[in-house]
Amino acid sequence: MSSFKRDKKEEEDGGGNPFQNIERTTVLQEARIFNETSVNPRKCTPVLTKLLYLLNQGETLSVKEATDVFFAMTKLFQSRDVILRRMVYLGIKELSAIADDVIIVTSSLTKDMTGKEDMYRAAAIRALCSITDATMLQAIERYMKQAIVDRNPAVSSAALVSSLHMTKFAPDVVKRWVNEAQEAVNSDNIMVQYHALGLLYHIRKSDRLAVTKLVAKLTRMSLKSPYAVCMLIRITAKLLEEDDATNDSPYFEFIESCLRHKSEMVMYEAAHAIVNLKRTTNRELIPAISILQLMCGSSKPTLRFAAVRTFNQVAISHPAAVASCNLDLENLITDSNRSIATLAITTLLKTGAESSVDRLMKQIATFVSEISDEFKVVVVQAIRALALKFPRKHGVLMNFLSAMLRDEGGLEYKASIADTIITIIEDNPETKEIGLAHLCEFIEDCEHISLAVRILHLLGKEGPKTKQPSRYIRFVYNRVILECPSIRAAAVSAMAQFGASCPDLLENIQVLLARCQMDSDDEVRDRATYYSSILGTLDKSLYNSYILDPPQVSVTSLERLLKEYSHADTREPFDIKSVPLAAIPSPDEHEVKQKSEGMLVSQGPAKPAPVSREENYAEKLSAIPGIQTLGPLFRTSDVVELTESETEYFVRCIKHCYSNHVVLQFDCLNTLSDQLLENVRVQLEPSEGYEILDEIPCPKLPYNETGTTYVILKFPENDLPNSIGTFGAVLKFIVKDCDPTTGLPDTDEGYEDEYMLEDLEITLGDQIQKINKVNWAAAWEEAASFIEMEDTYSLSSMNSLDEAVKNIIQFLGLQPAERTDKVPEGKNIHTLLLAGQFRGGIDILVRAKLALSDGVTMQLTVRSPDDNVAELITSAVG
Amino acid sequence: MEGSLLEPTLYTVKGIAILDNDGNRILAKYYDKNVFPTAKEQRTFEKNLFNKTHRANAEIIMLDGLTCVYRSNVDLFFYVMGSSHENELILVSVLNCLYDSVSQILRKNVEKRAVLESLDIVMLAMDEICDGGIIIDADSSSVVSRVALRNDDIPIGEQTVAQVFQSAKEQLKWSLLK
Repeated sequence: MSSFKRDKKEEEDGGGNPFQNIERTTVLQEARIFNETSVNPRKCTPVLTKLLYLLNQGETLSVKEATDVFFAMTKLFQSRDVILRRMVYLGIKELSAIADDVIIVTSSLTKDMTGKEDMYRAAAIRALCSITDATMLQAIERYMKQAIVDRNPAVSSAALVSSLHMTKFAPDVVKRWVNEAQEAVNSDNIMVQYHALGLLYHIRKSDRLAVTKLVAKLTRMSLKSPYAVCMLIRITAKLLEEDDATNDSPYFEFIESCLRHKSEMVMYEAAHAIVNLKRTTNRELIPAISILQLMCGSSKPTLRFAAVRTFNQVAISHPAAVASCNLDLENLITDSNRSIATLAITTLLKTGAESSVDRLMKQIATFVSEISDEFKVVVVQAIRALALKFPRKHGVLMNFLSAMLRDEGGLEYKASIADTIITIIEDNPETKEIGLAHLCEFIEDCEHISLAVRILHLLGKEGPKTKQPSRYIRFVYNRVILECPSIRAAAVSAMAQFGASCPDLLENIQVLLARCQMDSDDEVRDRATYYSSILGTLDKSLYNSYILDPPQVSVTSLERLLKEYSHADTREPFDIKSVPLAAIPSPDEHEVKQKSEGMLVSQGPAKPAPVSREENYAEKLSAIPGIQTLGPLFRTSDVVELTESETEYFVRCIKHCYSNHVVLQFDCLNTLSDQLLENVRVQLEPSEGYEILDEIPCPKLPYNETGTTYVILKFPENDLPNSIGTFGAVLKFIVKDCDPTTGLPDTDEGYEDEYMLEDLEITLGDQIQKINKVNWAAAWEEAASFIEMEDTYSLSSMNSLDEAVKNIIQFLGLQPAERTDKVPEGKNIHTLLLAGQFRGGIDILVRAKLALSDGVTMQLTVRSPDDNVAELITSAVG
Repeated sequence: MEGSLLEPTLYTVKGIAILDNDGNRILAKYYDKNVFPTAKEQRTFEKNLFNKTHRANAEIIMLDGLTCVYRSNVDLFFYVMGSSHENELILVSVLNCLYDSVSQILRKNVEKRAVLESLDIVMLAMDEICDGGIIIDADSSSVVSRVALRNDDIPIGEQTVAQVFQSAKEQLKWSLLK
């Protein structure tokens, strides 16, 4: 019978997808049928289904459309058809976010939720809670309490889950239902137990004592629901992690006992928790590891995946334990699920010993062509880590990488290989020639423009320093003949580098550049002409400043300033000096990058390039009166905290340095809920020579908000040594007591108060911007005409060269060049090369020769066009 | 190793999707506002997910920082997504519940046309399995019992005499009306 009906329906639809060609307007049109006096479920249900399908496909309704259809839908409450009613609930939930006046259905839903029909009750509660707000909640509170402890598990679960959703907007109301939730934890139904535990924990999570009690009670009670046990394990693990209790505590015993639970889900959760706990000792690890080991051999991919992912996470913290499972992991390398195989490989690479590298690489080679790009990137990153760990193995790894480079692959994959080769070259000078040769070969046949450009740039930088620079020129010039304009332009720049660094090649390069001047593309011709004429001058200093080491300005700032310049009506030429220099990413940012490597998480879409700190603040600062006149922002220092973080008022200072002024930005946070602060300012006692020009107080500082006050100071004129100084600082403000809940002051009158802050220092580093000199030696030679100062110091407090290097860099605030910040192991002497720019655009170059005997002896040579600056640096070190 | 311990929360599921064999969405829900907030991002993700999974029947994959478990049958692909730190076995239990519920609703006839014909019931089932990212139920028989099957959707053998009688009467009435 029913099949007959279905056949008929098919004929009507033409056998295809009945939802294929539906349109928003038609469906809204059809929804008018809801308004008919007698509701026909057979007609209304399909229309409602179509509407929900459309919304699910991502169609959006306007507020009016949504409201209209919502009101029409409320008519359907007349029908007693179960499915139709349930679809109406779904519709209410979907439309509640868009439509107006959704609370109109509250009474209908309340009726359903308290009614006799069990089919309605649970779903009605969930629908009701999606349209309720904090004020409405009071009205239905009684029903919710009853529902939580209802005998019907579906009703109870629905009430608990909805309560948890509602803690987002009405935490205080939901908190009052804690007794009911407590009762529900004892339910026989596994899901009710799980939901009740979740709600209870959420209500109490800020109260440590209550959580402890909860855990103590529940660990004894043996919960039925595996989900609830997993939840409990997580809560317990969290307690253990925060607690200083030893592992003998009942908490740990509980987690360990869960390893023997009959549900796989719980076993894994417990093993995962134990392995990830910081305090776990090796002995305690054994049972957890053996569970994971068992899972590695399971027939279910998910179990294997879970186990190997956990191993991967802890490979660094417990290498020995993971190493004991190496055999199981090696079996997984050939797993049919590539995610598992890749995780296994990377785990092995993390824990592997030098002797096993060759074998592992062979194994990877067998399957690398089969896996997706995303996982290839992970493998490449693991290889990079390996290369840094075992520099002696570079031969095998390099060969492997070059083979991977030749394979098919997307940009991201190829870029990560090139990156890895570049890292290896930088880290291990022995590999430079081999690496460059591989890269040269790669650009012969590279379809990714950006990558080819990068490699050409690298060739230009590194090629001239090799023994036989001429061999690279062929590769570079080939690009000029064969490629698209942007690559040709990059090749021209690279050739110019060779010309500038290798005098014996200059003549040939000039010939090649002359040919490039006939190029069809503007940019290529321009560059060729530019370089050709500079090289024609045979002037070393011109080479340095325009070919080898062009000024590195911040591109975003340059863009902004050029835009301003083109709008302004001025005849003055654009001053490139006014553009702030590109900030060098701080080591922290690098570290963050490193950390994410090797994790098997493909990053989502790339984030927009971060704007430099200076650029960020420059905009904010320029909005403040009196600051525009100071000129361009030179440097912004890191944040300094002037109070402990948990005091009444939390103050942080950021120093913005201009060529003759410094702006101190104080970010203040008021942590007292019963106070409103007004006219907040920082009173400074500047050291000698400094002059306070202006103070910009923060007019109002309510509870838990951050306000900013500024002080503008002028550096001591013609007195550089005094520019390094310590200021006393006091926070001054007017206090008005206020009502903690409303934040409104009790009276109009406040009283003056003050708060001592820690002293603030202006250091040498604050006045210096780091500059990355690619070719430090050339710059040094060029600076021979500058003032040179030299002095010898003994740094008796330093015990190693490494420590000395770190301290000097931090103290002077200069950028180390040519990787001299890394001291090769086992050496007693080291030369540190530094570069930077003093405020006002005065270049500084520093060479520090260090020798280790008892303590560290340092010979410091400073070159700078300004003798005061040079003297300042030599004197500051002492 | 900070952060690798799981935060105790009920919000486990980041998304559920049913796609057809061209990778087009039949039904999909995302429960976390921070995970694919716009329809466009969701589409891109689904296309990507489908491309990576429709050939290899491997049950689990990591994509865009999510752990995705999946199952397929004929021309349908079922996916459950969770955070990359989530207990995979919990996600699989949700996936199995989804698949089994749909299978019971469609009387083991798990294919695209059948799903579209009973789309209303499948929607209700999805709603009963997961609400806003919280697992409501992971037992398929209890889910099916809650989604109120239509009388004529129960196989004849399992209907009571009265029900058969009722539906026969209704059929007759409808054929007379035509």
